[in-house]
Amino acid sequence: MTDNNYILKAHDLNVFYDSFRAVADVNLNILRNNITAIIGPSGCGKSTLLRSFNRMNELYAGTRTEGEVLFDGQNLYDKDVDPVEVRYRIGMVFQKANPFPKSIYENIAWGARIHGFKGNMDELVEFSLRQAALWDEVKDILKQSGLSLSGGQQQRLCIARAIAIQPEVILMDEPASALDPIATLKIEELMQDLKTKYTIVIVTHNMQQAARVSDFTAMMMLTGTESRSGTVIEFDATNKIFTRPADKRTEDYVTGRFG
Amino acid sequence: MSEKARSPRFHYDQNLAARTKTGQVWKVVFLGSTIIGILALSTLLLNILNSAFGFVAYQGKILPSTLAIEGVPLEQQTRDQLLTLLQTNLSNGAYNKLNNEKAFEDRSRADLHALVLERIVRYKVVESWSLWDSLTNKSEIKSLVASEFPDAELKFKSWLTLDFLASQQSSEAVTAGIRTAILGTLWTILITILFAFPVGVGAAIYLEEYARDNWFNRLVRTNINNLAGVPSIIYGILGLAIFVRALQKLTSGEMLGMVDPTSSTGRTIFSAGLTLGLLILPIIIINSQESIRAVPQALRKAGFGLGATKFQTIWAHVLPNALPGILTGTILAVSRAIGETAPLVVVGASTAISFDPGIFSRFTTLPIQIYQWTARPQDEWRHLAAAAIVALLAMMLSMNAAAILLRNRFARKY
Repeated sequence: MTDNNYILKAHDLNVFYDSFRAVADVNLNILRNNITAIIGPSGCGKSTLLRSFNRMNELYAGTRTEGEVLFDGQNLYDKDVDPVEVRYRIGMVFQKANPFPKSIYENIAWGARIHGFKGNMDELVEFSLRQAALWDEVKDILKQSGLSLSGGQQQRLCIARAIAIQPEVILMDEPASALDPIATLKIEELMQDLKTKYTIVIVTHNMQQAARVSDFTAMMMLTGTESRSGTVIEFDATNKIFTRPADKRTEDYVTGRFG
Repeated sequence: MSEKARSPRFHYDQNLAARTKTGQVWKVVFLGSTIIGILALSTLLLNILNSAFGFVAYQGKILPSTLAIEGVPLEQQTRDQLLTLLQTNLSNGAYNKLNNEKAFEDRSRADLHALVLERIVRYKVVESWSLWDSLTNKSEIKSLVASEFPDAELKFKSWLTLDFLASQQSSEAVTAGIRTAILGTLWTILITILFAFPVGVGAAIYLEEYARDNWFNRLVRTNINNLAGVPSIIYGILGLAIFVRALQKLTSGEMLGMVDPTSSTGRTIFSAGLTLGLLILPIIIINSQESIRAVPQALRKAGFGLGATKFQTIWAHVLPNALPGILTGTILAVSRAIGETAPLVVVGASTAISFDPGIFSRFTTLPIQIYQWTARPQDEWRHLAAAAIVALLAMMLSMNAAAILLRNRFARKY
């Protein structure tokens, strides 16, 4: 496999909240057009690691990032890289669906408009909603508020919104943790459709979900004795992580033999 | 089962009666506070209404009956007869002045009749009574007027009339009105809003969205909170020093070539509006900051996550969602500004103004007018003050209502 197939490469990545090191020495390569899951116990830095892929950590006061994240060979943390550009090429879907308090149509259109989209907006809205498997449910109520949708629909709206600006990578931070199993299933099916066009990195607490949807899995865990920081202890094909993990701690975790 | 494992017996319900009783006592206390508030407010309203209506005894300098021509009383005289009356009873100078204001040929009979009453008969208030007195002591008042002022007319008068709202100031309580004061208040508030709203909201956006959390910004924030508590007279002194004196060239309109002939100093509506703007700026900033802070962080993240710049996120999502709160704060602040008197006295509000004020003219406002009228010794001015208070309250309430409607239009849920 050539180097070119890796769309994102974290290299000796460290993230600090003030003096506390939340993520320590992470080296991780994300394969293009695949779904990579990041799993691990609560508070081990999964979300922080995910946010460092599109520089969202900078929105939190007191965070500092060391090391590099290469996106198509370009270090995202170089001085001349604009975080705004990073975030529109690497989109994000959050744990709690957060549609704008605007119409469904406007939720999709706004992102495109701020980037100077000049084409046919109606087409783009339909395309994005179709991609997010939401079109049939909302095509007659495009003028209604995005907040009038159900939780699962709202989350798919957020995915549609991210797709509308054509990112190369979509980061998903526990996108289904607040949804019921049916809505979750829809999101998971959607991810399978999306991976032909996009690269997806997903943080999840749900190990069955990681096993079902992902091609690769990164196992994170708190390590160190004095100040415990999260790091990736094992990274491999999902199949292998869940059947023959190399690390004893991974095995304990995925088989549920943890605390 | 061993002795140790058995749980000890608690009597959780032992003090239930006492707790319920405490709750009831406090409920009564809270109800009492509400009643005191309602009583205070209704006393205020009753007091104002009591003064705004009531019997008035008028007496003209000349008895109207003496103005009858050939047995025709004043009320039934023709237009020409009224004109003759004016010609014979007014000095040439006064007659010509009135003619210059509006030619007599163009004036209606009613207009001439009013002029005769105002200029020749010259009604004066000789005695006035409150609404309560008028309702309860009607016969006594009538006999009193009959014995003490046999020439006077007794009328039940509402001091608040359309004429009162539309007339200029006057030295006679009968003809005095609050037109200049209303216009002065409206202009002043317009300038206050135009100055304080954008500056206040802008400062709030900077402090909440851009400013880093360092000692300097914390100091700024603390001091804005302190500024909101500074007595208004001090803002008056500040306005006098800055707007009236230091920026006289600007506030007198000289810089814009718009000097009002009635004023060449900085004691203008412009200065007054800016001073009141300074006064309410901290209130607007604090309220706007709170509304901006209340916008869910998730919305900002959603914006940033789509690659929006900070400004795009603030403009499209933070501000629209904070706007209802910002408007509420602004409504409260402007209501306060409408009622401010002390700083305007310092900035140099006049009281006697007999022309419609503009931005760069001398000015008076409703609270100034009210303050000035209540300070006069004669009773009739206090009735006028009460009527002006009703007008001020009505103006304030309608502005608030308009602002609330505006706010509800913007109100959204998230």
